[in-house]
Amino acid sequence: MSIAQLAQDGGGGLDSVVNDAFTTLSTVVQEVIFYSVTIAGVTFPLVVAWLAFAAVFMTVYFRAVNVRGFRHAIGLVKGDYTGPDEVGEVSHFQALATAVSGTVGLGNIAGVAVAITIGGPGATFWMIVAGLLSMSTKFAECTLGVKYRRVNPDGSISGGPMYYLSRGLAEQGKVRLGRFLAVAFAIFCIFGSLGGGNAFQSNQAFAQMRSVTGGDDGLLGGSGAGIAFGVVLAIFVGVVIIGGIKRIASVTDKLVPFMAVFYVTACLIVLGGNFGAIPEAVGLIIEGAFTPDGITGGVIGVLITGFQRAAFSNEAGLGSAPIAHSAVQTNRPVTEGYVALLEPFIDTVVICTMTALTIVITGAYTEVGTEGVQLTSQAFESVLPWFPNVLAVAVLLFAFSTQLAWSYYGAKSTAYLFNESKLADTIYKGVFLLFIVIGAASSLDVVIGFSDAMIFAMSIPNLIGVYLLLRVVKRELREYEQDRASGVIVKVSERV
Amino acid sequence: MPEVIVVGVDGSEAGARAAHFAAQHVREPAQVLVAYVVPWSPYTVQTAEENERRSVNKQRETESAQTNIVDPLLAELEDKGLKAEGLVRHGHPAEVLCEIATERSASHIVVGRRGQSRVRALLFGSTPGNLIQIATVPVTVVP
Repeated sequence: MSIAQLAQDGGGGLDSVVNDAFTTLSTVVQEVIFYSVTIAGVTFPLVVAWLAFAAVFMTVYFRAVNVRGFRHAIGLVKGDYTGPDEVGEVSHFQALATAVSGTVGLGNIAGVAVAITIGGPGATFWMIVAGLLSMSTKFAECTLGVKYRRVNPDGSISGGPMYYLSRGLAEQGKVRLGRFLAVAFAIFCIFGSLGGGNAFQSNQAFAQMRSVTGGDDGLLGGSGAGIAFGVVLAIFVGVVIIGGIKRIASVTDKLVPFMAVFYVTACLIVLGGNFGAIPEAVGLIIEGAFTPDGITGGVIGVLITGFQRAAFSNEAGLGSAPIAHSAVQTNRPVTEGYVALLEPFIDTVVICTMTALTIVITGAYTEVGTEGVQLTSQAFESVLPWFPNVLAVAVLLFAFSTQLAWSYYGAKSTAYLFNESKLADTIYKGVFLLFIVIGAASSLDVVIGFSDAMIFAMSIPNLIGVYLLLRVVKRELREYEQDRASGVIVKVSERV
Repeated sequence: MPEVIVVGVDGSEAGARAAHFAAQHVREPAQVLVAYVVPWSPYTVQTAEENERRSVNKQRETESAQTNIVDPLLAELEDKGLKAEGLVRHGHPAEVLCEIATERSASHIVVGRRGQSRVRALLFGSTPGNLIQIATVPVTVVP
């Protein structure tokens, strides 16, 4: 599915050289991954159907664990079930917070704007539906992530699809298939980490920074500004991931939840300021979901847009989250599955919905010519004139933390592929930094297309593996539910 | 069973003072339990790298506290002919000291104080300050 022309070119000259080279690569990749079929006049990328089907199937297969498990998930995050001997290890809260820091990013701000630009307000409805269903997908993949994680010789922990694909399927005698899927996943993850987890982030951060500093005539308006911005951002990321200055990463990660809360508060202020218009906005969203007006592909077109943006935002089914969740301290893998189902809820059902309501309620989406993060920015500006500056800081922080998270996913995949080679790690990180610059200099349609394609490609080996391992997850879940029912697993405060 | 006194230490001069105070005032056959609590909260946000190495780091923190802080104090106390035992835990210092006191049926908790300014104490809290609010046994704060 080709995304509309959402060019945010960083200026002429140098930028266009980078842009031209990248466009060719991007087009080829997109044609392969977003192979589409046309049914009843609607062009349908199979990979979105693949993710949507997984979310529905897993919700049914685990008997609505996304709803049934919600309260228990909160209890686990609060630490109600954390025994005294587990204190000092990675808590459920910490594993979730790390994963959410990596997930909450521009997908929540810019991605929602893209969805509404293409699919109209109705895309919001399908984003929420997709978010709720994909909680079950996350449940399954993160349970597997913990179940098949590996404790390295130095005591550190490695987990994620690479490990459950190879080790999990090996258990079932499918050694070669497991190895093949794990390698495919790792390759896609490396490329995905360069695209959506990286280039798209710096692209949108640059767009917003340029816009608040005076647009084309401002500080970042000149030619080559995109490259310059990218280089500065790359230096910061490089200092952390190559220089090992953990302090910056640690500070950023602490700021991200604060910014997320701040962002949601700002949305609530905007909504509060337009309180009377909320019913109408909700009406528009529901109406647009089922009887869209002037949207290509009608209902299915809107639905696809919503599902696609939701997937890009909450990453369920892609296999990135299990990497972040797998370091948790637990001897019951399914507990982290429960906790992980909160992730799409926070990301998509809460934060994306807030952005969408803000955009719809202020009518910002009806203005022609504003797209991506700038559309969101404009929606806020209509109520809080100073907000674009704060949003620029938020966007920069989200972009930075998402880049750090994805560089970690990419580095873990590189480590898996090249047997923990130090050289491969350094090369990967160098290329990662280069893509920060490419992202800032290249136009959005090219970047977003490439990143979409690579990130969605991860879902192919990942979900094949998850399907094959579903019975393992089911068994873990059943045993855990029995232990809860029989009182083997109770809150610490109720233990005798 | 002999009486147990918990001494909370933190590697500072204040902690050492608390241990020595306990040593002077304890009556045989009471036992001194030197406890070091590594400040740790399950509700912080950490990077993925920090998480993957957490187990290793926890062990390292425990060993380092045992060797550098608890063991030297134990040696000093034993020189004075006292029966002493060491313990390193993770968590909220005041809460964990209370938990230890309850677990071991201790009769008393002794801690030092660092003489924080009001602003610092307001911003970061202080272990003795928290301790006296939640302890279930008498607390002695050694200046």
